Amino acid sequence: MIRVQREDFDVGAEIERLSRGRPGIGGIVSFVGVVRGAAGGEQIGAMTLEHYPGMTEKLLAEIEAEARQRWPLEDALVIHRYGRLEPGERIVLVITAAAHRQAAFEACEFLVDWLKTKAPFWKLEETPSGPRWVEARASDDQATKRWVAE
Amino acid sequence: MKLLYFAWLRAKIGIAEETVELPAGVATVGALLDWLKRRGPGFADALRDASVVRVAVNQTYVPWDHPIKAGDEVALFPPVTGG
Repeated sequence: MIRVQREDFDVGAEIERLSRGRPGIGGIVSFVGVVRGAAGGEQIGAMTLEHYPGMTEKLLAEIEAEARQRWPLEDALVIHRYGRLEPGERIVLVITAAAHRQAAFEACEFLVDWLKTKAPFWKLEETPSGPRWVEARASDDQATKRWVAE
Repeated sequence: MKLLYFAWLRAKIGIAEETVELPAGVATVGALLDWLKRRGPGFADALRDASVVRVAVNQTYVPWDHPIKAGDEVALFPPVTGG
């Protein structure tokens, strides 16, 4: 399941909803991405996440399907927010549930790596020296590539 | 053909989307970018370095030699920074 939304999410409630009444689940891993208060030595007042409606949902669904194909997951959830977010606010939630922890850990990391380099989102940071578009990081590309090598 | 621009490409070009007639002789994504570059200073500035431009046709990432046709939705944007 994937969701792209402006509103915040409740991590505990999402885990509860995903796992309730599912006896096949033995391990649940969650990742929460939040807005940092500083980047490159500069303070961040807030950031605005822009996305490509339609393609974002399509890409996230493809990434989730890929994870389910690679690992024996009981369930998976990706929620990604857009709009203006202040430091400390949640941006993204990835939950993976499996019978055993290894699949849940690996699939969660895979999903986060892939959505960072594939999902059409862009971040505009508000800094004391003016607005600044966040540049893609080579380290994120490297993180994604290791899943291809396997 | 529908053209969409995102993030700093949109800021430099000055519009988020437009509908254009597919120009004669433009059959690939690469040819479309060359044609767009000549449409004005904003386009030329935004598309100067093709290595930081990503293209999606009908919401799928494509390489420069991908064919395009009338009715396609073509989106141009910088490398993504989600998560």
